Amino acid sequence: MSDIPLVLPAFVCIPLVAAFLLPILGSFGRKGRVVATALANLAALSLLAMSIASTNQFSVYNVGRWSIPLGINMVLDGFSALFLITVNLVSSAALLFSVRYMEQYTAKPKYLSLFMLMVAGMNGVVLTGDLFNLFVFLEVASIASYALVGFGCDDEQLEASFKYMVLGEVGSMFILLAIGLVYGATGMLNMAYISKAIQNNPTNVVLCFALALFIAGFGLKAALVPFHAWLPDAHSSAPAPISAMLSGILIKVLGVYALVRTIFSIFGISTTVGTLLVVLGVVNMVTGAFLAIGQGDLKRLLAYSSISQVGYIFLGIGLGGALLAAGASPVWASLAILGGLFHLLNHAVSKSLLFLTSGSVEMAAGTRQLDQLGGLAEKLPLTRASCAVASASIVGIPPFGGFWSKLILVIAAIGAGVYWAAALIVAVSVCTLIMYLKVHRYVFLGELSETRQQIKESRGSMAVAMICLACLCVFLGLVFLAPALRAELLEPAAKVLCDGVGYADKIMEFSKDMIVCAD
Amino acid sequence: MKGMTIIVKTISSWVKLLIFLFGIYIVLFGHLTPGGGFAGGVIIASSYVLLMLAFGREFVEKNLSLTASSRLDCVGALMFVAIALVGMFYGAASFFWNFIHQQYLADRATEFKLVSAGIIPLCNIAIGLKVGASLFLVIFALSVFCNDFRCKGSARELM
Repeated sequence: MSDIPLVLPAFVCIPLVAAFLLPILGSFGRKGRVVATALANLAALSLLAMSIASTNQFSVYNVGRWSIPLGINMVLDGFSALFLITVNLVSSAALLFSVRYMEQYTAKPKYLSLFMLMVAGMNGVVLTGDLFNLFVFLEVASIASYALVGFGCDDEQLEASFKYMVLGEVGSMFILLAIGLVYGATGMLNMAYISKAIQNNPTNVVLCFALALFIAGFGLKAALVPFHAWLPDAHSSAPAPISAMLSGILIKVLGVYALVRTIFSIFGISTTVGTLLVVLGVVNMVTGAFLAIGQGDLKRLLAYSSISQVGYIFLGIGLGGALLAAGASPVWASLAILGGLFHLLNHAVSKSLLFLTSGSVEMAAGTRQLDQLGGLAEKLPLTRASCAVASASIVGIPPFGGFWSKLILVIAAIGAGVYWAAALIVAVSVCTLIMYLKVHRYVFLGELSETRQQIKESRGSMAVAMICLACLCVFLGLVFLAPALRAELLEPAAKVLCDGVGYADKIMEFSKDMIVCAD
Repeated sequence: MKGMTIIVKTISSWVKLLIFLFGIYIVLFGHLTPGGGFAGGVIIASSYVLLMLAFGREFVEKNLSLTASSRLDCVGALMFVAIALVGMFYGAASFFWNFIHQQYLADRATEFKLVSAGIIPLCNIAIGLKVGASLFLVIFALSVFCNDFRCKGSARELM
């Protein structure tokens, strides 16, 4: 127990130190850039190791030894731990991939610096126990991502970055306004204390309005359907490892994590909000899938598919929340939440792998228009194989991770008696199958054009990153099937959401012990 | 930018030092008077902006090169994190622990003196460095991109 509280700020410190150290190193010529790249990878791997070590624990850290509600605290619980692992897993793979991939661009140290800032922001969002601090970290991660989307500096990329920035800031302003209203109504910024204050006064109109603003703001970050327009542009214009980060984890941390934490742990879930999440999830699933099928650009197709998959996550979590609030049997509710969270993990891994393979394709063939590609199966065997694994996982073909998470969602929906949702999950999976068959048909099968006879697959770091993620896609099924892993990772996360506003009591009890120890 | 007339050049070469000193004053007394790292950093950067307006971009670039200022920018941020980290390994051990105040100044009457408040003046200096350097870079980039609307080459070199 004694060494764990030290770890929590380190999740933010390590990437933050790296973010400002790397540009200095990178300004000392070629050798400096090599050292900077190596250090960045080392930092990402150490974060991954630390996040694996922090599973299934509960700890609270008071920054600067200011006790809550005066100071800021960091909270690690099962739900945070799941996100920490997801973030650091995808970021280490994306960083490994960028070692070779980002050689195409100039100013690699600046890229590494922004990348690390984004990781610091996301780790901060996941760990913080203070509502305003959450906003600050959210802005750190968002602003770094605006810059990274426009990193190539082409007209199209700058336009996407600008659009993303404007819409992202509108979302941030909604969130800031909501935080201001909550602060005005409760006088607190600490999540646990806000939660207590809301439970004492549940029917305050200002707080209801704040909740609506939170749903709009975080929903914009998560690309929920009325607010999804920025996502296909931003995710397809960014360099491939950044697309992997954005689609794989950024929308989940800034959108799903922050929204779910706010709704479940602070405001407390109600049937209305749960149903709203289910409706939003269903709309996302269907709209994203139909829009994706028609796309002619590989990365835009993948981006629309992300919108569709985020719908699954919201469907699972919303269904669980609605069941919990209605007081139905907690078995199906916790199963639905578990399915949603497990799908989040699966989607993070498989979608980031798909974006990495799209980067490999684009680097070899020089285009990502589906009708100009074709026949790359022989030339890019590793890319093709990992793309096939990731597509199979995202579509939900039996041995892969995605199958199990969709199966849990279907079982939970049937168990709860929501048959139409179960049918819809299967139907949208078929649409997903169609779009990924289209990817394989146009990119890897067919005739190889004359001009591309000489292209070669990039070996080295890009291949290693893709193989690692492909292996994970296969073995993620085990996270659910092996009871030990499930009890370490998924069940604590689902339990935090099932406990709902019990979060506040847990933190206050823990903090009370800590103050006694300090005296 | 070529710079302005000799009147502007002469006056601004007198005034720049005063502005710079005033910026340093605002940073150092940030924990006692209104102002602080951010405000002081902005004033320090503005002394360079004055030079840029009066003498032209090339003159300023010779004084404070882009590499140097971007390194200063990073050093400022690193200093801030380092101050927070030192608290973690010092005495009661917590991130952002105000170790100087608790260790050395808590039992002396240091209120309203320059040396007081522990790590806060140090943090102000770090922020001043960071804000000064980065705001200088921002305005430098703006002046480069201003030309970029006419010819596309120069901005690409900066990236």
